[in-house]
Amino acid sequence: MPVADFEPVIGLEVHAQLLTRSKIFCACPTAFGAPPNTQVCPVCLGLPGALPALNQGSIEMAIKAGKAFGCKIAERSIWARKNYFYPDLPKGYQISQYELPICLGGAVPVPGLRNIGLTRIHLEEDAGKNIHAEAGSEVDLNRSGVPLIEIVGEPQLRSAEEASEYLKALRLSLIYLGINDGNLEEGSFRCDANVSVRRKGATIFGTRVELKNINSFRFVRQAIDYEIARQVELIESGGKVLQETRLFDNAAGVTRSMRSKEEANDYRYFPEPDLPPLLLSRELIASVQVPKLPHQLLAELTAAGVSAADGHTLIENPELLRIYDQAPTHQSRTAQVIVNEVARVLKEGAIHRDFSPAWIEDVFRLQDLGTISSTVGKEVLAEALRTGKPPERIVSEKGLAQVSDTGALETVVDAVLARSPGEVEKYKGGKKNLLGFFVGQAMRDLKGKGNPGALNGLFKKKLGD
Amino acid sequence: MIAPLGQLSLALARGEVTPTALLEESLSRIRALDPQVHPFMRLTEPQAQAAARAASARRAAGKALGPLDGVPVGLKDIFCMEGVETTAGSKILQGYVPPYDATVVRKLKEAGAVIVGKLNMDEFAMGSSTENSAYGVTRNPWDLERTPGGSSGGSAAAVAARMVPGALGTDTGGSIRQPAAMVGCAGMKPTYGRVSRFGVIAFASSLDQVGPFAQDVRGVALLLQAIAGHDDNDQTSSARPVPDYAAALERRVAGLRVGVPREYFGEGLAPEVAALVRAGIEKLRGAGCSISEISLPNSPHAIATYYIVATAEASSNLARYDGVRYGHRAKAGQLLEMYERTRAEGFGAEVKRRIMLGTYALSAGYYDAYYLRAQKVRALIRRDFDNAFTMVDAVLSPTSPTTAFKLGERTDDPLAMYLSDVYTVPANLAGLPGISVPCGFDSSKLPVGLQLIGKPFDEETLLRLAHAVEPEKFEEPR
Repeated sequence: MPVADFEPVIGLEVHAQLLTRSKIFCACPTAFGAPPNTQVCPVCLGLPGALPALNQGSIEMAIKAGKAFGCKIAERSIWARKNYFYPDLPKGYQISQYELPICLGGAVPVPGLRNIGLTRIHLEEDAGKNIHAEAGSEVDLNRSGVPLIEIVGEPQLRSAEEASEYLKALRLSLIYLGINDGNLEEGSFRCDANVSVRRKGATIFGTRVELKNINSFRFVRQAIDYEIARQVELIESGGKVLQETRLFDNAAGVTRSMRSKEEANDYRYFPEPDLPPLLLSRELIASVQVPKLPHQLLAELTAAGVSAADGHTLIENPELLRIYDQAPTHQSRTAQVIVNEVARVLKEGAIHRDFSPAWIEDVFRLQDLGTISSTVGKEVLAEALRTGKPPERIVSEKGLAQVSDTGALETVVDAVLARSPGEVEKYKGGKKNLLGFFVGQAMRDLKGKGNPGALNGLFKKKLGD
Repeated sequence: MIAPLGQLSLALARGEVTPTALLEESLSRIRALDPQVHPFMRLTEPQAQAAARAASARRAAGKALGPLDGVPVGLKDIFCMEGVETTAGSKILQGYVPPYDATVVRKLKEAGAVIVGKLNMDEFAMGSSTENSAYGVTRNPWDLERTPGGSSGGSAAAVAARMVPGALGTDTGGSIRQPAAMVGCAGMKPTYGRVSRFGVIAFASSLDQVGPFAQDVRGVALLLQAIAGHDDNDQTSSARPVPDYAAALERRVAGLRVGVPREYFGEGLAPEVAALVRAGIEKLRGAGCSISEISLPNSPHAIATYYIVATAEASSNLARYDGVRYGHRAKAGQLLEMYERTRAEGFGAEVKRRIMLGTYALSAGYYDAYYLRAQKVRALIRRDFDNAFTMVDAVLSPTSPTTAFKLGERTDDPLAMYLSDVYTVPANLAGLPGISVPCGFDSSKLPVGLQLIGKPFDEETLLRLAHAVEPEKFEEPR
């Protein structure tokens, strides 16, 4: 396969909306889903005479991201205007940062992969949204002015899979930092990919193509894989890759040319004269607290004996991790039960608000005492999660306690042996694995509540072993 | 007849005139003279009547809001006023009604000023003669064949014709001082950052500054007092406290050091203008000022620098006029066609010229050679002034090289038009305050203005010196 002779080079640019209550340059709310053009004012509508007035909230979130990824935080950064015409851009320019961004360098740790370097993180305002209806196109400017950070990654990714892993790790980190909701569908976490290929061993980069409109992890992989194959095929057939922007058509699974290098916008960046330079004191930068990132938590979990797979499931699901953290003890089965039973109920719907993570421990104790089997234990836990009832109450209300009384068990064992003469004969003839059959029959009669250990012993005794 | 603002304010305080009577006088004068001079684009009569009645009631009750309570003022059509059409002199904003007040408009209202209407201007403040308006030509009250200067020509002419005692304008390269000189009134461009630009339709954001016009310097001081100060909505506005400007006028000018830059008295300066400015210098010397010649060596580069910085910013500031949300929209099938036709139809020739110049200066491959170099020269011009201000308290020059020129005289020669601002542009590039004050009439009975440029935020010294230069009594145009 020719693709094997080539090395893809991929760099991602991620736009993440910051979870501030108000927009970056005015007091309008940022909530998603309001009726069109109801969260607007002269500033974010770009009315004549309106001027931007920077809000501090977005600054602290950008610093938080920068510190989390080990970027250099600039004590002085500059706002710049990015000029282009589009109906969803009310001023005809976007206020962004260009030559001196707020964060430089740094890296995103990708568990299971490696650290992926960052070029920069800068602050900017979001544009509105064009809505194409049958009668014509309409513009909703509710999103105009929502704060964004653009996280520009170095071209250090070498496959669609790596790109997807990087993106997942970055998204999760931003969620843990509390600065982004990670919602790809609503567009609060968006990604563009720069893709090129070169022959293995080559030191210079190939011509890069920018891919847009890739709004799910699956589409990221599809779009990049398609693009790698397209570029390799082009080169193999003697063609040349053109520097251009291509749009991913997620219905067809292909990328299509949007504009060539010649048609590319000249954004005519220049320093924004309406805003003074952004000055950050060392004290402010130092005062911004950074919580633990997912990769740090994963390392702690595996050090505590949780398997890597369970650890991943836990950090990828903050709700599960919270339950794990709140459980009174952390045995190896604690994580297992959470990533299986708890996760299953969580997926079905909400966990009852009265559920207490301490109950996981209660279920283990009931199992250890022989009151319930591990199978019943799973059912009890699921019930406790759904209903918010304590495990003991569920066991007693539903009569789930195991029958361990030898007299009661003996009656059942005798009945099973009496109705299965053929199997008894075979067992005595050497087919010892029929023991499971006898225990299973007894369990059925006992509606699953028999103590399997006790039954085993009784059958062996009766059958003369 | 409307008295100069400073005097009028005293008359109002003494109860010699009521705000309602004053408004009537102003309106009747506007009705009588506007057909010839045409500074007004539209009147805001209902709002003005209500404001004057309220001011009269306050004055009668002895509860005046301050020296401007009940004073009629006009606004250059660049200031957004809630519910009042605001066009910036452009067809592209025809019918546009802002939903909010500019900060300075709000402040004027809060001071009790009676806003009587919107005044003509060069489209988007781009011009030096008010001939670039999409809404007709304004004439100079001293000679109806001549321009009142620009771009705030409507504001200057309305004050000089005594239609209103005060007006606001904007000054990006001389647009307050040059027309003030042309019509013989006082006009000040404050320090960049002294007055909020919020709600002021932008031409060149790093140069634009709001300022007042009045016949007398005291009037300028009273208006500046009302509009100056920090505004949370304009982060380039300064948090420095605002001094008492009218009180500054009481301080003598003796001992102040005035520098006269030799570069401002060279080629292109009309001899009669030079002579009248020199007479103004002698007046200051007579009042006890020390006069010295200084040099501002980089000033000759100011016009070139200005036309790069200002046009670059304008090309971006005017991008929002795209027909999508408000103002003029051309009929067209496709988006690109709509943009192109809207802007082709909506903008006038000078605005288009400047958008193209500015777009070019910011383009990839040209940015360093033009915009970046212009910013470096701008820093040098500022440094010239910084050096000068180690030796003098203010810089004195002519406001404009000539008196008012004839309508149509320079419309086909943009460069000649641009040179009208050769002495005013440096103060904008350096962000410094400047004032133009009348210093006499030439042999054709056309007014001449004298410019004073001050240290950052030292408007007080400029007002004191200008007050010492201005005549005891003001002549009126016929």
